[in-house]
Amino acid sequence: MTSYTLDHPTLGHIEYRDRKRYLWLSSLFMPLFPMLGIGLFFVTGSQWALAVPLVFSYGVIPFLDYALGSDTNNPPEEIVPQLEEDRYYRVLTWLTVPMHFIVLIAIAWFVGTQSLTVWSVLALAITAGSYSGLGINTAHELGHKKPLFERVLARIVLAVPAYGHFCIEHNRGHHKDVATPEDPASSRMGESIYAFALREIPGAFRRGWAVERERLARLGLPVWSPRNEILQSYALSAVLQGALIVAFGWIMLPFLLVHNIWAWFQLTSANYIEHYGLLRQKEANGRYERCQPHHSWNANYIFSNIVLFHLERHSDHHANPTRRYQSLRNFDDIPELPNGYYGMYLLAYVPWLWYRVMDRRLLALPHIRGDLSKVNIAPDKREAILARHGQVAGVTA
Amino acid sequence: MACFRCPGCGYTYDESQGDAHEGYPPGTPFEDLPEDFVCPDCAVREKGDFERARE
Ligand SMILES: [Zn+2]
Repeated sequence: MTSYTLDHPTLGHIEYRDRKRYLWLSSLFMPLFPMLGIGLFFVTGSQWALAVPLVFSYGVIPFLDYALGSDTNNPPEEIVPQLEEDRYYRVLTWLTVPMHFIVLIAIAWFVGTQSLTVWSVLALAITAGSYSGLGINTAHELGHKKPLFERVLARIVLAVPAYGHFCIEHNRGHHKDVATPEDPASSRMGESIYAFALREIPGAFRRGWAVERERLARLGLPVWSPRNEILQSYALSAVLQGALIVAFGWIMLPFLLVHNIWAWFQLTSANYIEHYGLLRQKEANGRYERCQPHHSWNANYIFSNIVLFHLERHSDHHANPTRRYQSLRNFDDIPELPNGYYGMYLLAYVPWLWYRVMDRRLLALPHIRGDLSKVNIAPDKREAILARHGQVAGVTA
Repeated sequence: MACFRCPGCGYTYDESQGDAHEGYPPGTPFEDLPEDFVCPDCAVREKGDFERARE
């Protein structure tokens, strides 16, 4: 296994082996899971088999996070530049891009050519949407990188879930405004994931377009320009999804609608859990303090981190957005979720259960200690939350 | 013409080059960039955080 070594002037000899090196290959095998249901259907003849991938995502992954536990691998900061240079890791992200096209086309083919119940079509649309949601994660990894080639790949893979505005809005909007009330992609205490989705999806769309419109205006170009990077991605979406409709008929309309919405909702789910209730303080000059490690929720479970290109090591991602997935680090004493992202998504889908688990965890964070002035609170829930948790602040403040 | 460097990610704004993608033509002084300018690569650091780099 490749090892990275460095003779540091003060720390001495440093050696690091990435024990996850070959586990990252799983991004290339991940398409097997959405296809598993179809394979089992051909073997068993039962449409129940089509539900297997969903059981895997929402049942098996949370269990494996619980069972396999935390990831103890953590590259030393001094080794990070060497890890970044190792091209093996980036090639894996590039090869993941065509997988997203193949899976959507394969599942669409199956839906368009078999006679299926409504429930089966729904399960397949959600399965395809989950995998295309993972495509947004692939785009996220690529879209933060400096080489133009990777940014173009991000735009291409975003065409699968028809979410071409994501990278622009995320890099230039979310990363700037994260953990403030101004950010449509940071959830607030007392805000359910459903209320959040209705704020996040249109808010992100508007912000992405505003950022791109401004950039084009500086270039002296109108917003409807072929150099509009959002439109480039949408155009590819129109070709891809239009071709599926032409090839497989009108069944593709509801199928693609559910697929797209479910993929977007995967991103909504990730955004919902990544910064729930966390708030950057305003400094004397009226600006927000820079995003700190305690402004993101993290999960250090090995299994879902492998599925998500280390997205769950989120504090380091916000501190170093251009850093590649293989070099993201875990830290002690940062906000920690009680399960991986998939398990937390499930929890978020049942709001009262989410509040029960997360509100206590939020208020117990060392930088908050019950002080509600340090929490991003949903305005319409503020009074109820103050009435309920207010005295905690009174005791400790 | 001077260069200004993002202390977070290393992005460098070279005044003689400008930044074609962002719409700042060659020769645009760093000073003339908008006040709400953020690092085009990481968006974590703002205009005031940038450091003058040696050419
Ligand atoms: Zn930067």
